[in-house]
Amino acid sequence: MHPFTYTRPGSSAEAVDELQAEPMAKFIGGGTNLIDLMKENVEHPTRLIDVNRLPLGGIVELPDGSLRLGANVTNAETAYNELVKERYPLLSQTILAGASPQLRNVATNGGNLFQRTRCYYFYDTAMPCNKRNPGSGCAAIGGYNRIHAILGTADENPKTACIATYPSDMAVALAALEAVVQVTGPTGDRSVPFADFHRLPGNEPQRDNTLQTGELVTSIDLPAKGFAQYYTYLKLRDRASYAFALVSVAVGLDVADDQITDARIALGGVAHKPWRIPEAEQLLVGKAATPANFQLASDRLLASAKGYGHNTFKIDLAKRAIIRALGVASKTFL
Amino acid sequence: MTYIGQPVKRVDGYDKVTGKATYAAEFNVPELTYGYVVSGTITKGTILAIDERAARAVPGVIEIFTHTNRPHTAWFDMNYKDLDAPPGSPFRPLRDDQINYNGQPVVLVVADTFEAARYAASLITISYDEVLHQTDLQDHLAEARDPKTGLATLLKPLPPKPRGNADAALAAAPVSISTHHVHGPQHHNPMELFSTTVDYGKEDNSGKPYLTIYDKTQGAYNSQLYVAQIFNLPFSHVRVISPYVGGGFGSGLRPQYQLFLAVMAAKALKRSVRVTLTREQMFTFGHRPQTVQNVSLGATPDGTLTAVKHDATAATSQFEDYTETVVNWTGVLYDVPNTTLTYKITPLDMYTPLDMRAPGGVTGDHAIETAMDALAYELGMDPVELRLKNYSEKDWTQDDKPFSSKELRACFEQGAERFGWKDRLHEPRSMRRGSTLVGWGMATGIWDANRLAARAEAVLTVNGKLRVSSATADIGTGTYTVMTQIAADTLGMSIDDVLFKLGDTDMPLAPFQGGSLTASTVGSAVKQVCDDLGKALLKIARKAPKSSFKGADWEGVVFADGYMRLKKDPTVALSMLEIIALNGGRAVTETATSMPNPQKTGKYSRHAHSAAFVEVEIDEDLGTVTVTRAVSTIAAGQILNPRTARSQIIGGMVWGISHALQEDSKMDHRYGRFMNHNLAEYHMPVCADIHDLDVIFVEEHDEIVNPLGVKGLGEIGLVAMPAAIANAVFHATGKRIYDLPITLDRVLY
Repeated sequence: MHPFTYTRPGSSAEAVDELQAEPMAKFIGGGTNLIDLMKENVEHPTRLIDVNRLPLGGIVELPDGSLRLGANVTNAETAYNELVKERYPLLSQTILAGASPQLRNVATNGGNLFQRTRCYYFYDTAMPCNKRNPGSGCAAIGGYNRIHAILGTADENPKTACIATYPSDMAVALAALEAVVQVTGPTGDRSVPFADFHRLPGNEPQRDNTLQTGELVTSIDLPAKGFAQYYTYLKLRDRASYAFALVSVAVGLDVADDQITDARIALGGVAHKPWRIPEAEQLLVGKAATPANFQLASDRLLASAKGYGHNTFKIDLAKRAIIRALGVASKTFL
Repeated sequence: MTYIGQPVKRVDGYDKVTGKATYAAEFNVPELTYGYVVSGTITKGTILAIDERAARAVPGVIEIFTHTNRPHTAWFDMNYKDLDAPPGSPFRPLRDDQINYNGQPVVLVVADTFEAARYAASLITISYDEVLHQTDLQDHLAEARDPKTGLATLLKPLPPKPRGNADAALAAAPVSISTHHVHGPQHHNPMELFSTTVDYGKEDNSGKPYLTIYDKTQGAYNSQLYVAQIFNLPFSHVRVISPYVGGGFGSGLRPQYQLFLAVMAAKALKRSVRVTLTREQMFTFGHRPQTVQNVSLGATPDGTLTAVKHDATAATSQFEDYTETVVNWTGVLYDVPNTTLTYKITPLDMYTPLDMRAPGGVTGDHAIETAMDALAYELGMDPVELRLKNYSEKDWTQDDKPFSSKELRACFEQGAERFGWKDRLHEPRSMRRGSTLVGWGMATGIWDANRLAARAEAVLTVNGKLRVSSATADIGTGTYTVMTQIAADTLGMSIDDVLFKLGDTDMPLAPFQGGSLTASTVGSAVKQVCDDLGKALLKIARKAPKSSFKGADWEGVVFADGYMRLKKDPTVALSMLEIIALNGGRAVTETATSMPNPQKTGKYSRHAHSAAFVEVEIDEDLGTVTVTRAVSTIAAGQILNPRTARSQIIGGMVWGISHALQEDSKMDHRYGRFMNHNLAEYHMPVCADIHDLDVIFVEEHDEIVNPLGVKGLGEIGLVAMPAAIANAVFHATGKRIYDLPITLDRVLY
């Protein structure tokens, strides 16, 4: 591990200042991913700015009916919080589908958004990887890419190509719930809609999200609408627990008089960010919850999908997963 | 017998769960230094330059070893051959500038802290001249050849000569099937990383040091031999200690490169050194090899097999001919007049494979037992019936020898009964729970019941306690416990008064722990040395003045409840302490060598058998397979301890689930490098994957295999499971998947 300094600022403003002053520094929350990456020689922060003791805890209701999840609340506390369970069971279910109890007890909501890809080639410093080492190439293309992306990939320019996926489960539910990420930074506070938080690789696969240097996540706000009646998170993976998703689907529906009145579908394990296509969701609105209608939505969601060999099966698997998840969420699949 | 056959709790259990059990990287010695290995990143070629300037500048770095400055070690290949070395030229770390496989150790950084060594290692850059490599077995099947034979092939025989005319019989068979099986490589991945701590002791007059080496190994003597020969040290100077092993599964059968590097550095620096590999580096030495197999079976309509062909091609390295027994089991299980069994190897640019739990057995069994299932369906016959129809009563692969014991029929009967096999509907896709497909499959398992020679020491201490030792290992199998049971029973003592020690070359010689040999081999030695000690105690008692034991012979005494008693008058008794007193207050020590009796055992084919019955549930839309329950029936002679025995079998069954559904070391052949080299991506089951596992030990008496009548349990729990799971998947879905692992995409597409 490369040498680093460790500091524990007294306020968010101090934390932001510290990071701005030392751009190679990193914030550390639970550290469940960052410490690993440091040991693997993938990340070499010069300073760890421990934000765990900043006053970013708590889960509180806001006047507009939304629920604020503090950045420092652990994944476990969030999943088992009574308000979350009651109003956003999709989020609870999704968090509990990820990692292990030990990791969830330590991992924070803020930190979860900064997980890095599990791409084998990203993790192996002997391999080319445009995300880890910009310009070195993407070894996953043409390599062993079972766990890699099929949507929103960058594969034309070898110097910027990237087919990595973003591995978080929690983020898939947050995307479906249209959460808003609150950040503070050098230029003040701002709100980032979840769909704009993570990004596709584009020409800069090294960038996982749209935050600017020095910006710190303070909370994740869940809008009032929680889809607490018709929801599910379906995660398909190579073992029953403690494995990242090959494909996952978060679904929230409103159903009235046997008709779908609102729909959200977010996919995990298939792209560089949680994958949503609002038009696909609209295809369901005003329709009955039938496999044929689900098929239309799934086809639309995967319309631009592209396989890279080992992961090509994920295109059809994702469609199957969407149809199943919609069936379960709408209570039509028994 | 008081303890043998009883579910005695693990005598080392408390120490293990409280952290008192000490592993190789946990022995702290004064002024320890730390080595960190830099792994090569190409598969074949030459090292052009190693830039270590930045690394040398890191505070705390003591030395950086490469092929250019490494100390001189033995010249001849022979010196590098450990007891499990296959024929060939063993790998020598830092030998020269040649790269033979990806991940090869190329630099050792030694520093006064682990972190300094690790950091410095990350600063080293290496340039290579790379040449083309070949690592994909399927691209090189045509280059397969017969393997060379050697010491390691003694326990792993190559196939018997063909008999009859399998091709003609196949062509003439009214019913026949052919199958093709591809298995990927797998890595053992014990929880404990490979580690060696070398305690550099005083030097003799010629400057040769005394080394105490704490090594992760399945055989302390094997590590001692390796070190002594390579570093030109007398055996007396090399003591290897390995009391606990955090999982082995075969990976500790050969010394791994951290041992060489730690000793090399210690000797060169005259310092104590510890080298621990990383998880990624656990993918840079032996592994279960890739294999490609073909099976063809011919039968008459009543299910009688008339022809069997089973061939296997396995990968090995370019420098050693690793072999395992893959196809012979087919011949032992099915006595068919026209049989051809062949086994070939293809050298590739990777490290030499290494025995991994049920090596070869689980590989070949999966092929023959899924083929048998396919034949059963071709015949419209129940899979158990087909096996009973072709039940072998003798072993043609060993000159028609009878079996020393074979209660496989009871395995089928009791397993089927417990599982509820009679309620199975034969047709594939005929059983469901709601929308979920249910499949029931079964398979036969087989493994060797071998025994080697071993030595043991028994001491009746001045306190009247019994201390027994033998330099075997306990890789989690329960050796500490069952040896304590055997010793306690032999001398009629309370288990609390018996201490069994292992894993130290200061103890009497025992072979490494592997091949399901230990209970049989070391158990026999423990029994014998305790008998010898008993005889010595009787001799002491007889010599005492006015002894009531005068004239008593060995047959006339019995050891029970902490006393030696006369059989004809049990009130005549001496406690252990009284015998010590008769011996002038001195301890009594005996050492024994226990040898198998080939004249007796050689007349028989000796095997453990099993039957596995498995239920799977499959979500047909999503391809997910869950093993919802499994029953394993085991015929393995006397069960010394049903608790540790059950634990071994359950461990094997979990491994079977892993082997069938999850485990796969994925190589990117463009680079010749394993890519999923961590426990997040190298999948093996977690608790959520494991459901109802049931174990039955059928009664089996075997007076041939060894004096205890035991057959080892290390592998037999695994062997039948992958085939049974694959057969259940077919029964559920109607789809044959002959390659492993059966991941959801293979179920769907």
